[in-house]
Amino acid sequence: MRCWPLAVAALAAIACSPDESGSRQNAAGAGSGSVALTGAGATFPYPLYSKWFADYANATGVRINYQSIGSGGGIRQFSEGTVDFGASDSPMKDEEIAKAKGPVLHIPTVLGALAITYNLPELKAPVKLTGEALASIFLGKITRWNDPQLSALNGGVALPSRDILVVHRSDGSGTTFVFTDYLTTVSSAWSAGPGRGKEVPWPVGLGGKGNEGVAGQVKQTPGSIGYVELAYAKQNNLPFASIRNAAGQFVLPSPAGMTAAAAAVAGNLPENTDYRISIVNAPGASSYPISSFTWILAYEQQQDSVKGRKLVDFLRWALTEGEKQAAALDYAPLPAAMVTRLQQRLNSIRIAGST
Amino acid sequence: MTGPAAKLPAGAPAEAPQWTSLAPVTMEASARGDRIYHTVITAFAISIPLLLLLIAISIGLAAWPALSQSGLSFITTSEWDVARGRFGVAPAIYGTIVSSAIALVLATPLAIGVSIFLSEIAPSWLRQPVGFLVDLLAAIPSVVYGLWGIFVLIPLLRDPIAPFLKDTLGLGNTPFFSGQNYGYSMLAAGVILAIMILPFISAVTREVLLAVPRSQREAALALGATRWEMIRDAVLPYARSGIIGGIILGLGRALGETMAVTMLIGNRPEISASLFAPGYTMASLIANEFTEATNDLHLSALMAVGAVLFTITLIVNALARWLVWRVTKGRV
Repeated sequence: MRCWPLAVAALAAIACSPDESGSRQNAAGAGSGSVALTGAGATFPYPLYSKWFADYANATGVRINYQSIGSGGGIRQFSEGTVDFGASDSPMKDEEIAKAKGPVLHIPTVLGALAITYNLPELKAPVKLTGEALASIFLGKITRWNDPQLSALNGGVALPSRDILVVHRSDGSGTTFVFTDYLTTVSSAWSAGPGRGKEVPWPVGLGGKGNEGVAGQVKQTPGSIGYVELAYAKQNNLPFASIRNAAGQFVLPSPAGMTAAAAAVAGNLPENTDYRISIVNAPGASSYPISSFTWILAYEQQQDSVKGRKLVDFLRWALTEGEKQAAALDYAPLPAAMVTRLQQRLNSIRIAGST
Repeated sequence: MTGPAAKLPAGAPAEAPQWTSLAPVTMEASARGDRIYHTVITAFAISIPLLLLLIAISIGLAAWPALSQSGLSFITTSEWDVARGRFGVAPAIYGTIVSSAIALVLATPLAIGVSIFLSEIAPSWLRQPVGFLVDLLAAIPSVVYGLWGIFVLIPLLRDPIAPFLKDTLGLGNTPFFSGQNYGYSMLAAGVILAIMILPFISAVTREVLLAVPRSQREAALALGATRWEMIRDAVLPYARSGIIGGIILGLGRALGETMAVTMLIGNRPEISASLFAPGYTMASLIANEFTEATNDLHLSALMAVGAVLFTITLIVNALARWLVWRVTKGRV
């Protein structure tokens, strides 16, 4: 009991202390003058984004609240205008943009890639696969690891005589979108069959929920194959396959391979591109073929002048300072030339009340 | 420092006048109090069915676009293809019912056995701790069951149990245990559900058995029944409707359980007689796809899955009530 007045006094002192740092203001909830931006969406870039938001709050005092509820939820909330920006692993479709509250700007922030992970305890070197072979496996046309097609790709290495168990995501996911986007691009059979989407009717295999669900099933089942985000595969020491890219080279997933893929595609973009671009199966000898952007979604017309300005400032910071932190967290930074163009593109955001 | 005297200052006269006017004041106050109480309690009672109705209406409205587009094929076909706008949930309906049925078949005898042991046979020093541990099963979060399933149950099923069922018992020739078993299967989901609903069935059953009058037992014993005959002929029949109530409670939980099942069932929308084959449930389908559903028809289809699940749960519960009614009607 005797502690009460003391505790109250201490709390009051914390709440009232004229602290300059933005993070302290958050804690006290005073928020006088500090603008909070809200965002929602993709879970894939969340580890990086949360670091960005913390660093940005420390540097500028601008708080950003982000809910990593998934790309679909992000698009929904963004379209309804309940958040200041959205984030998604797959670009919005035309009909989704039509339902939003105005023209939408897609701003690529970083790159991610998928690793094809597998469980073949007998094997030391990474399995080599092509897009066509992957499509055949996921279509259920290749059912054993010692299939002649696979042996030919892995010339010299004897693949074990095991049944292949396909593991895919059971939940709707941007990861699945990137993977099926790749299979659709490289295989006409896949394009005529399941096609691309955040969830597709898989012809064979088991479904696991989340990266951890797929990785768990692959880890436990010899002979299985699945796809997970590269960052997840690396942090959990999963083996991954090297994939033949459009230039005919077998490449392992890496940040450099993703950036190379983005650079190869971005170099040929028209001036007025909306950046809703796929970089799967990109040209270039070192490009990793199953790579993708992740995007922040912002309205071109910002109705709230204060928030609008803060958002543009943050995006500029993210494209310069933020990019430097990407590689440490297993994301790949955008190619430098693209960052320059994106900085110019941010000028097209119109803020209410300013000319 | 004992008794009320300690709380009142000595010689305080305040209490005396209240005693004289107690009766008339309270009569009036209680009449008003009764009315307020009556109104509040009635409002509470009405609010629950009203809530149920509102839930049904809002789900129904949200589900209507998908249901009207797909019609009856929504529950009779198996193709779930979001991109092409085809929605058929037959495999998920099948999976929901089959996984719950497996759970009931496994959990009911176990739960009733545990309850009989605890209420009739166990020495009193064992009763409390064992009962507490069984109840504790209900306190474990569903996602923890899922994790346990992935790391313990699945390897167990895949290695010693599946080959034992298939080869040692020779069940591999029947359609129910045929095919490749990867662990993630209808059987895994059923087993985990059985463990999860066991405490619900056993808690209710135990209370019901304890409520059986002593005279019932004594009468049976006096007629020369053994202990087992006493339990079988005097205690269990008396408690029958209560036990069925407990089973219904467990079934309700099994039908709606989401997380643990999603982690273990393999999430494959296919109808297969084999318990080793992966399957899908309606709750898993909603949990898997809702977060990433952006197009209106897809959202509506997921709502429709919810509506079907809601309806099936209502039907199953109604059937079970009817069963209880039939069973109890025949009794004295």
